[in-house]
Amino acid sequence: MAQNNNLEFEKPLIELEEKITELTKFMEERDINLTDEIERLETRANRLREEIYSELEPWQILKIARHVERPTTMDYINLICDDFIELHGDRNFGDDQALIGGIGKIDNLPVTIVGHQKGKETKDNIKRNFGMAHPEGYRKALRLMKQAEKFNRPIIALVNTPGAYPGIGAEERGQAEAIAKNMMEMTGLEVPIIVVVIGEGGSGGALGIGVGDRVFMLEYTYYSVCSPEACAAILWKDSDKAKVAAKALKLTAKDLVDLGVIDDIIAEPPGGAHKDYKRSADLLKEKLIQEINQLERLETAELLENRYNKFRTMGYIKKEAEEQIDESIENCG
Amino acid sequence: MLKDLFGGKSKYVTVERKKRSEEKGNEHKEDSDKKEMPDDLWTKCKSCKQIIFNKKLAKSLKICPECGSYFRLTAAERLSLLVDDEKFEEYDADLQAENPLDFPDYEQKIDKYQEQTGLKEAVITGIGEMNGWQVSLAVIDSRFLMGSMNSVVGEKVTRAIERALEKELPLVIVSGGGGGARMYEGMLSLMQMAKTSAALKRLDQAGGLFISVLTDPTYGGISASFASLGDVNLAEPQAKIGFAGPRVIKQTINRDLPEGFQTAEFLLEHGMIDKVVERADLKDVIARIIDIHKLRGGENNGTE
Repeated sequence: MAQNNNLEFEKPLIELEEKITELTKFMEERDINLTDEIERLETRANRLREEIYSELEPWQILKIARHVERPTTMDYINLICDDFIELHGDRNFGDDQALIGGIGKIDNLPVTIVGHQKGKETKDNIKRNFGMAHPEGYRKALRLMKQAEKFNRPIIALVNTPGAYPGIGAEERGQAEAIAKNMMEMTGLEVPIIVVVIGEGGSGGALGIGVGDRVFMLEYTYYSVCSPEACAAILWKDSDKAKVAAKALKLTAKDLVDLGVIDDIIAEPPGGAHKDYKRSADLLKEKLIQEINQLERLETAELLENRYNKFRTMGYIKKEAEEQIDESIENCG
Repeated sequence: MLKDLFGGKSKYVTVERKKRSEEKGNEHKEDSDKKEMPDDLWTKCKSCKQIIFNKKLAKSLKICPECGSYFRLTAAERLSLLVDDEKFEEYDADLQAENPLDFPDYEQKIDKYQEQTGLKEAVITGIGEMNGWQVSLAVIDSRFLMGSMNSVVGEKVTRAIERALEKELPLVIVSGGGGGARMYEGMLSLMQMAKTSAALKRLDQAGGLFISVLTDPTYGGISASFASLGDVNLAEPQAKIGFAGPRVIKQTINRDLPEGFQTAEFLLEHGMIDKVVERADLKDVIARIIDIHKLRGGENNGTE
């Protein structure tokens, strides 16, 4: 494991793990029995890991969500699907490598999957534009989702982006319109849509494929209106206060369940998804199948009505005015 | 001031100032008007630096008579420009923000902007008449926390959309929000983008007409939701419109931005809006668009 990718708050744990490795090596070389000692240390490491991970600060969760070794959309697709064929291009301008998609099968069930794609090292990340999509990425995703509707396949959208790309070309080709159009169209697609934040849920760039019947987040991910760094820079003119902003923005999966923004949290293996790809993919797959089965039982009208109401009811308005709100909602219905 | 500005009696303008008086009357109009422009004799043009007398500026609809640059309008000023005399009924004026995240200093911010603008939130919505056509309207006021969208703005805009749907009215939304989705309400603000877009989808499916008017500035969560989704997208000359702010783009790509980048004219050139319309012509152009649609749709609307 590359040393420089270690998370700062895991330092005591990593030290302990190194010690275990050392001892194991020593034991093998010298042929001395240290099993008891090693076992003791391993128990301690497990307990320490549990401790660290049960009390993670939002800022620390953000660090895990951004970890370069985290499984990407492609990793999950490879682990979840029996078969998958990537499909390319928006039919208008180009093929965005930062937002990919295609068709495949999960346990013999045909699905369409779209998702932001990050790279793992510099070269790959440049190709993938660090998971920051251009308008053609969003338009490709919409094309594939419409195709899914035509062939009656459920849609899975895997979100993992710091945000939509802020660049000249992106603006020229209508980044804002592309995202807006996707949200609008996704509310009307007549097949089940499941959205899962698998890493970073960066603002509008995430929401551009983020409207669905179910919205889930993996345990150590974040979903935010803006990056805590940007928030701190704007509000306090100090990007070092990003830790404070991360807390204030309520961007963790737990916070967002409480606020009614997402439906549920999908657990990750101890130490995060990057510690065990297979286990993480299994947990995701299990949830996806379970939810798709449930959603496929609904009539289309009911599916769409529920999806509409899910987003229609989001938001908080001052209590005094509440009575009035209920009234007018009825009036509008 | 409004009366002076655009020569219309602006009944609805008083609605936003209700909180200052127990009665819904006009008694406090003079006082609060003064607050809006502390130095009420002249204004300095940000573009050409010329000092312009406010009376002259008002006569030119807040467009610099010297250099032609557009000043931003408040929501009330915009309404008085778009709506027939006194033909506006405001809805949901009392809806106010909560602080669902317990975000530091948010309440104080809201109080401050309510005080400064006389508005409860960053959008005014209602039903008005434009050249005799009944229209469901929403106008964002960029003075209120940069016209950013929170739960209340999202709710009010969504209700304006639903009102258009229910009453079979054309929908006109005038966007002017530089703040995008409001940070202080975190993801709840972001979700208003989905909420408003979902409502627009329903209007769209029902064959409703939505005219989106983009004014300076329209960015982020506002441009990336309802503002971009009009059947017809209009924009005022020179208006700055985009997804990401110019500073962020400059930092990201590490070079200077081209001349005229993210202006209404730039968007027109790149096919993102249908027409750039001068401020003075806006009302007529909107009414003409509605007229053309009504001729086809044959719905029961127009001058009653």
